[in-house]
Amino acid sequence: MMHPVLKRWGLPLILILIFPLTIVLPATGLINPYIDLVLKYIGINIILTISLNLVNGYMGEFSVGHAGFMAIGAYVSSLLTVLVFPDQAGPFLFPVALLAGGAIAGLAGLGIAIPSFRTRGDYLAIVTLAFNMIIKSVLENLDIIGGPRGFLGMDKLTTLWWVYLWVIAVVFLARNFVFSNFGRGVLSIREDEIASGLVGVNTRQVKVLTFVFSAFLAGIAGGLFAHELQFINPRSFTILKSTEMLVMVYLGGIGSLGGSILGATVFTLILEGLRTVLQQLGISQEWRLVVAPLMLILLMLFRPRGIMGLREFPFLMPRSERPEALLEHKRRFIAAQAEKGGGS
Amino acid sequence: MTLLHIERLTHFFGGLRAVYDFNLELQSGELVAIIGPNGAGKTTIFNLITGVYRPTEGRIVFKGKDLIGLSPHQIVQSGIARTFQTIRLFKELSVLDNVRIAHYARAGYSPWDALFRLFRFTAEEDRIRQEALELLNIFKMVHLADTIAKNLPYGQQRRLEIARALATHPDLLLLDEPAAGMNPAEVEQLMETILWIRREFHLTILLIEHQMRVVMGIAERIKVLDFGQTIAEGTPLEIQNHPRVIEAYLGEEAIL
Amino acid sequence: MQFYIQQILNALQVGSVYALIALGYTMVYGILTMINFAHGDIFMVSTYLAFFTSTLLLSIAAGLPPLFTFVFTLLTAMFGTALLAVLIERLAYKPLRTAPRISAVITALGVGLFLENFMVAFKPVGPAPRFLPPLIPQINYDLGGVTVSTIQIVIILVSGLVMFLLDTIVRRTMVGMAMRAISWDKFTVPLMGVPVDRIISLTFALGASIAAVGGTLYGMAYTIDPYMGIRIGWWAFISAVVGGIGNIRGAMLGGFILGFVEIFTPVFLPSTYRDFIAFSLLLLLLIFRPTGILGRPAPQKV
Repeated sequence: MMHPVLKRWGLPLILILIFPLTIVLPATGLINPYIDLVLKYIGINIILTISLNLVNGYMGEFSVGHAGFMAIGAYVSSLLTVLVFPDQAGPFLFPVALLAGGAIAGLAGLGIAIPSFRTRGDYLAIVTLAFNMIIKSVLENLDIIGGPRGFLGMDKLTTLWWVYLWVIAVVFLARNFVFSNFGRGVLSIREDEIASGLVGVNTRQVKVLTFVFSAFLAGIAGGLFAHELQFINPRSFTILKSTEMLVMVYLGGIGSLGGSILGATVFTLILEGLRTVLQQLGISQEWRLVVAPLMLILLMLFRPRGIMGLREFPFLMPRSERPEALLEHKRRFIAAQAEKGGGS
Repeated sequence: MTLLHIERLTHFFGGLRAVYDFNLELQSGELVAIIGPNGAGKTTIFNLITGVYRPTEGRIVFKGKDLIGLSPHQIVQSGIARTFQTIRLFKELSVLDNVRIAHYARAGYSPWDALFRLFRFTAEEDRIRQEALELLNIFKMVHLADTIAKNLPYGQQRRLEIARALATHPDLLLLDEPAAGMNPAEVEQLMETILWIRREFHLTILLIEHQMRVVMGIAERIKVLDFGQTIAEGTPLEIQNHPRVIEAYLGEEAIL
Repeated sequence: MQFYIQQILNALQVGSVYALIALGYTMVYGILTMINFAHGDIFMVSTYLAFFTSTLLLSIAAGLPPLFTFVFTLLTAMFGTALLAVLIERLAYKPLRTAPRISAVITALGVGLFLENFMVAFKPVGPAPRFLPPLIPQINYDLGGVTVSTIQIVIILVSGLVMFLLDTIVRRTMVGMAMRAISWDKFTVPLMGVPVDRIISLTFALGASIAAVGGTLYGMAYTIDPYMGIRIGWWAFISAVVGGIGNIRGAMLGGFILGFVEIFTPVFLPSTYRDFIAFSLLLLLLIFRPTGILGRPAPQKV
């Protein structure tokens, strides 16, 4: 039996204890730059997957344009750190730049939420796709930010410990959102949108909140991505990027934070592992790009809900929502009833 | 006191007339049934009242407030709840969540409170859970709170749908064929439940039903619809002997 | 004036190709209410089939009559592409027919990207752009300042003929009637003895072979590469939506409208704005008139 203090504070304690490692390990060279990079990619992909899962998995709407939100976050934050913020302040203002990128992406999310009031399913998919294409096209036509050549000059501000902190913050916020009144509204839209309105859920409010929140998260991930690569161009944010996000969502599991973490991790490792394997076998790296679409097809055919579909690890739930808490509530009620029954 | 006032309600689907010149005056505390053959426009009337469709013509006034143009969730907030002809639970969610979702409008916290789990969030969530469990307790379903809705037996699903509707704190409850698919024993129990929730929750009830036993057993007043039009109206006894009703609707049963 | 006539002619040429591809999107949507996102890449594969067929044919038997080379290439591409489409339908879409509609759409997206990236990685194709060997003698006629090429004439005439044939098939034959019946009601039509699976496969085959006509014609006029499936496919898809997806004549109309957008955008704006204009058009249309120009609205059932 676990000690109650450990049970209450175990997870935060572990997370706090890991934090110094994310600074020390890369700095001392105990993990090599390649592993450092892969870990950062996993973190960024976790944020992206949670972002898309909110819309596609939890709400059951369908976005294939999330790379567009990511692009907005990447460009806005990069413009801020390179052109606006003073040089020395860069590292300190980095979170501000990311939040700003997320905020502008969130604003774009608002724009996508409005058509979702009226259309859903494949029509909404087209709307989001068109949005993705338009963002890419706009970026290509804005010469001030490099046009099709892209934008560079960012410092490598995305460190492992920053990614670590952002992932924890995002998982925490997403968990709080999902396990709230609004989160239940999101689920009810997935289950039956009309019934949802007819039991009093303000479906428009829920859609706006979800799209804005989701786009915000994608924007944050875009900012982290840009300050890792130190170079972005419109071609980094095409449908292929959106498809990768889809694969991670449907691999890990729809409607699940644990699934998102799992999906992003497994997918990133598969792609990186493949890099080595192809190199060893002397096969062209271009075959790597075939993997994501192929996995998507196979997942849809054989496991459309993914590994963790609609399930959650208890440690990712708020205490009051865990199965044991609910069991306790039930027991209390049933006991009270038995008492009443016995008394009368 | 007049709770619901419907006047000259008319609705067309394209060229098809679904409801024509429907009038209804519902007093607080009444239990009124609408009957009529399939396709007579009964469910359409519910859809018009609850804002799923916007009527082609007519007025719907609830507690002195015009409902036309309001969205479904606003209508729910003003105090109307309903169930569905074919069960429309949130199938993949737990029984408890099905009921908690119906608390949406009355959860007194903002998205910020939720995102950062501020005090108001925790307090309100505790209240919502408590209320939902109490309601399930009244319906003798509390032991099923963590069951996924689709795994409930049929009769329990019907009960849950009623419980979910009541969680919105309605004054008027619209029941769309609640006895559909039930066996005689279940129907008996359902009739008791309806009468009992009416007392317990001080409800006014508008009921669509096919089973004459239910309608004749609990309704105080009956309206008969055919092809979107009201063809008769009265007490159960009057309706049973109404020549046009016998002709249009009860005909076959009367012969049997 | 000549300038505009010339541009209109060019727009008709491009528009014909868009219209041919748009037909495939619209036919599948009409029958399954599913957006076959892979269709653009099926078109791309068809141009490579035409490329390999004609190259091979001309290398082993030079001096064949141009008409024979052209028709043989066209038919091979049509047949091969139809086969590919039916294969995709059977393997990837059919198992999902009863699943939520969105699963099939995601799968289609995956199939499209798979085809594209496969062709890039596949050595004999690769990412480099290629030219089809000349299938018909290229002659330019000068009509009072307007240049008309034989290729242009062939593209417009052949497209017109194919569209006319398809329209007739759908409106006048039993197969066409079965297609329209299934698009109305997927549940009762099978009960009336219509072989639904065969009709659906046939629809995919027909849509793909029409795209292959477009692919062969396109390859005769422009360079081809594995990425064109996305580029051209999306424009064709927008054409289908503009005309009213599910509506065959709408797809033709939409194709020509998009042809005009493509050719006339550079007249007023830098040509890099093309995508922006086309996708904005799509977005506006979806928001304000999702059924397109010729589509009819479907009533929502509760």
